[in-house]
Amino acid sequence: MSTTIVRNARAGTTEPTWVRWTLIGLALGFVFLFLLLPLAAVFTEALRKGLPAALEALHEPDAWSAIRLTLITAAVAVPLNLVFGVAAAWAVAKYEFKGKAFLTTLIDLPFSVSPVVAGLIYVLMFGAQGWIGPWLAEHDIKIVFAVPGIILATVFVTFPFIARELIPLMQAQGTDEEQAAIVLGATGWQTFWHVTLPNIKWGLVYGVILCNARAMGEFGAVSVVSGHIRGQTNTLPLHVEILYNEYQSVAAFAVASLLALLALLTLLIKSVVEWQFERDQKAAAALPPERPTT
Amino acid sequence: MTSPKRATRRVLPGFNLTLGYTLFYLSLIVLIPLSALLFKTFTLTWAEFWTAVASPRVLASYRLTFGASFLAALFNVFAGLLLAWVLVRYEFPGKKIIDALVDLPFALPTAVAGISLTALLAGNGWLGQYLEPMGIQLAFNRNGIVIALIFISLPFVVRTVQPVLEDAEKELEEAATCLGASRFQTFRYVIFPSIAPALLTGFAMAFARAVGEYGSVIFIAGNMPMVSEITPLIIIGKLEQYDYAGATAVATVMLGISFMLLLVINALQSWQRRRAGGKS
Repeated sequence: MSTTIVRNARAGTTEPTWVRWTLIGLALGFVFLFLLLPLAAVFTEALRKGLPAALEALHEPDAWSAIRLTLITAAVAVPLNLVFGVAAAWAVAKYEFKGKAFLTTLIDLPFSVSPVVAGLIYVLMFGAQGWIGPWLAEHDIKIVFAVPGIILATVFVTFPFIARELIPLMQAQGTDEEQAAIVLGATGWQTFWHVTLPNIKWGLVYGVILCNARAMGEFGAVSVVSGHIRGQTNTLPLHVEILYNEYQSVAAFAVASLLALLALLTLLIKSVVEWQFERDQKAAAALPPERPTT
Repeated sequence: MTSPKRATRRVLPGFNLTLGYTLFYLSLIVLIPLSALLFKTFTLTWAEFWTAVASPRVLASYRLTFGASFLAALFNVFAGLLLAWVLVRYEFPGKKIIDALVDLPFALPTAVAGISLTALLAGNGWLGQYLEPMGIQLAFNRNGIVIALIFISLPFVVRTVQPVLEDAEKELEEAATCLGASRFQTFRYVIFPSIAPALLTGFAMAFARAVGEYGSVIFIAGNMPMVSEITPLIIIGKLEQYDYAGATAVATVMLGISFMLLLVINALQSWQRRRAGGKS
């Protein structure tokens, strides 16, 4: 008897088979056209003249210096935003204070600012006609059209990534476990390392991965502050643009496929993290009820 | 109500440290540089500001940027809903891969997306070689801009609607069916109202992202003044001519619009949360 009820209910909450498969077909077609095809085009265009030609483009000294600068930029920007993200999430999630909603809005602000505007504000601050530009010039410090400017612009555009991931996660977890640790005599740092960090580790990895992808791939903001000096202030995306505009299509797509591989790696790590997180949550839900799971 | 909050503040250490550092870093990276932009704008006279932000070429770029962003975000409302629906409700081979691929536009650098879409749609590209003889030109014009913007803002609607669909209570749909509703009526009157706030939030996020986009668009747009020149490119153009005042003025307009969109998105999200909270 119960099976008939279930079957009837099922029939009411799903669509006829032909509708289902039409929708799936449409969705797959869309994914194929808009996501798979552009991805495939990057690699195909890179390999148009064979693998050696593509690899040659990556061996160029300019390509190497672009790779190095991209790695340096991400290596500085991601840890800076990681420390900020943890601090901001701790402050926002663990305490109540006035203006908290406004603070979270401000943290989100760099997401909605156009990358070009993000680059421009640093030119206005540190450029020759900017606020502290003359002082910097006197002391022979170059920020804009040099590596520090590129790093600053990258920090700006990737600013909210880790904080955004951690704030809702830490809010959902509440403060019970930390309070218990403190009451039992742990110091603040011990509480953070042994109680909070294990709870937020997947959110942390997730945020870092996305932050890193954006840091390595940022184009607009970096393009404004870089000054496009070949071999010195070119990141990988800017190097792609230069090669492309010089009609070196194979070289441009070879460098682009390096970035596309990075994107695929990012998606892979992201999916693994999501599966791990779900597994942990299921494991926590399966624990005896006397242990609070959140 | 207030006593537990106070207790929290006393028990957990680090409030001053974390909030202090958050405000310091926020000011250093975001607030002070943004105020440099406003400060610079205030040094312009009203007439200078107005000529910079309301010249015909700049006005044409606003129309293009907002029009193309609107079309792209609207397209993604439908495509995103379809994808979210299929990913949540149906089982099919390769589902996990498709789900992971949806985030590709977030992970792929925009410049790469730009040259790759151009390579596909240009006259000698995989798709362009078939479309161009039929009189459909999708690269180096406004069509190309819309397509690039669809690509980069694709994940927003999917990722806002997906969790809402996952949490949706099937009992409500069962009840609707038992009361004699057709499947379409159930969708229209039961499912759609519950996902509408998420759809609208996703739309606003996609729109906000598309308005500021630069990297992917410049490769495919053709960048003809008055025709296919987006506003961020206007700022770059003014900078390249050392017209810092003009670039700043246009940037201020864009910043004002971004800030307004951010407030709209925040309002939509709290509406969505209230909806979700009120139901359970």
